[in-house]
Amino acid sequence: MKENKLRPWLLLSPSLTAVFLLLVVPVLFVVVYSFWLRAPTGAVIPAFQFGNYARFFEDLFYPTILFRTLRVAVICVFLCLVMGYVPAYFFYRSKSRYRRALILLIMIPFWISFIIRTMSWINILGTTGFLNHTLMRLGVISEPLSLLYNEAAVLMGLIQYLLPFMILNIFVSLEAIDKNLLEAARSMGCNEWQAFKEVTLPLSLPGVSAGCLLVFVLTAGTYLPPMILGGPGNEMIANLIFKRVIGTLDWPFGSAISVILLLLLGCIVWTYNRYLGINTLFKAFKG
Amino acid sequence: MKLKVSGWSLIRLYTILVYVFMFLPIAVVVVLSFNPQQFASFPMQGFSLKWYAQLAQNESILRAFKNSIVLGTLTALIASAIAVPAAMAFVRYRFKGKNTLNTLLLAPIMIPEVVLGVALLLFIRWLQQPKSFALLLAGHVVLTLPYVLLIVQARMVSIKRVYEEAALSLGANPLQTFKEVTLPLLMPAVLAGMLFSFTISFDDITATLFWATAEHQTVPVRIFGMLRHSVSPEINALGTVMIVFTIMIPLLAGYFIRRFSKS
Repeated sequence: MKENKLRPWLLLSPSLTAVFLLLVVPVLFVVVYSFWLRAPTGAVIPAFQFGNYARFFEDLFYPTILFRTLRVAVICVFLCLVMGYVPAYFFYRSKSRYRRALILLIMIPFWISFIIRTMSWINILGTTGFLNHTLMRLGVISEPLSLLYNEAAVLMGLIQYLLPFMILNIFVSLEAIDKNLLEAARSMGCNEWQAFKEVTLPLSLPGVSAGCLLVFVLTAGTYLPPMILGGPGNEMIANLIFKRVIGTLDWPFGSAISVILLLLLGCIVWTYNRYLGINTLFKAFKG
Repeated sequence: MKLKVSGWSLIRLYTILVYVFMFLPIAVVVVLSFNPQQFASFPMQGFSLKWYAQLAQNESILRAFKNSIVLGTLTALIASAIAVPAAMAFVRYRFKGKNTLNTLLLAPIMIPEVVLGVALLLFIRWLQQPKSFALLLAGHVVLTLPYVLLIVQARMVSIKRVYEEAALSLGANPLQTFKEVTLPLLMPAVLAGMLFSFTISFDDITATLFWATAEHQTVPVRIFGMLRHSVSPEINALGTVMIVFTIMIPLLAGYFIRRFSKS
């Protein structure tokens, strides 16, 4: 019996060791470093002071980037929701024999490299790209528009990356709805729209909220789309961290910004978990 | 009645438009990779394979491909080797702190890759170790572990316990039971998890940018470097190769798993 008690721990020990050594301890190091000092020579000095945090909020430069990150994340969540609910509903109700193929198709971008998907938008939005070329051929414009290196371009890349997460999360919770409930609503005199509003929509909200959280968290930590599709004014918090750590080798300040990002996301995930339960989040992956 | 039909066709149209949004950029990458022009741009000036030929002679890209494949394969093997026992523990045993630990093992999904990148690099620096292939491998294992765990765990839940109990009551020890009963039933999920892990490792860019060295560049890191100049048709050709490669793997694997389980 004693052996039986030890066995789960034995089975867990490799993965726990890996996550502990490669994730928990390193993240603790980030927290510790965020209090350290950086000498003018570039050396780091162990200390306990809040200078790095104070520097972040010293003037508006850094908070602006933080605020921009949050704004882009909220816009992205909203757009993914608007663009994602309808296709998820289509999958749920469709009786087409291509339904399964269509669901598989929307998962294909998961398999395609993020950097390829991001840079593909340059081919679409660039001055000699698909959109400008088409619009000029149609005679709508005579000079190519500059569509790249702005926030809209960043959002395009982000949405294309995140939309499948949203669609699948919503679809999973739609699929879980007992179809008898809909029949009941219809038989009691609801029309299609009322049945949707009163039954389907409320019951799909767990998927909607899981999708929103996932999209928000992934956007807030995003590095690539602002880097490739954005201009100098579209930097987000992850770009800032990369620049401070890899560019200027300012480890303490880079660590402090990382902690700020982690705290922010932590608060959001904690709140979500408190009211909705984090386990709903992983449902889509298990489907 | 008429109204309902048009409502549904609107939904269908909307879905088609979303698909166009999702796949048009990818299609354009493939199309432009055959454009013989110097700059990746419209209009198409004919059809040529010269960028593919140039790609096949590009030493640094070939090396990056080799790195990516070795890295992805090792990541998949290690991640599944440690995820399978963990899934066993979570599904088959009761113990204190199970939910907390399960969440902890899934945490890498929720932590931004930039932070993971900084954290591991900082730790390595503190240990006074140089960046190396081992760092990339360790990082990728942590990045992909949660996905493998989720896939294997989901399958483990659906494997009925009675099979294992039957083996045990017939005198097999737990290790034999695992080898003869559980593992074969679990194999499709393990393979799927390995594939997923390989693809995530193969495609990863953000954290990898922190960890990669000049000699251990992966394909995405190489593409990132090339993008600094401009989008040349060569990148589109490389992109097409990547797209075909990463889509072929799951399709082929699905095919083999199905054949495998039939015979």
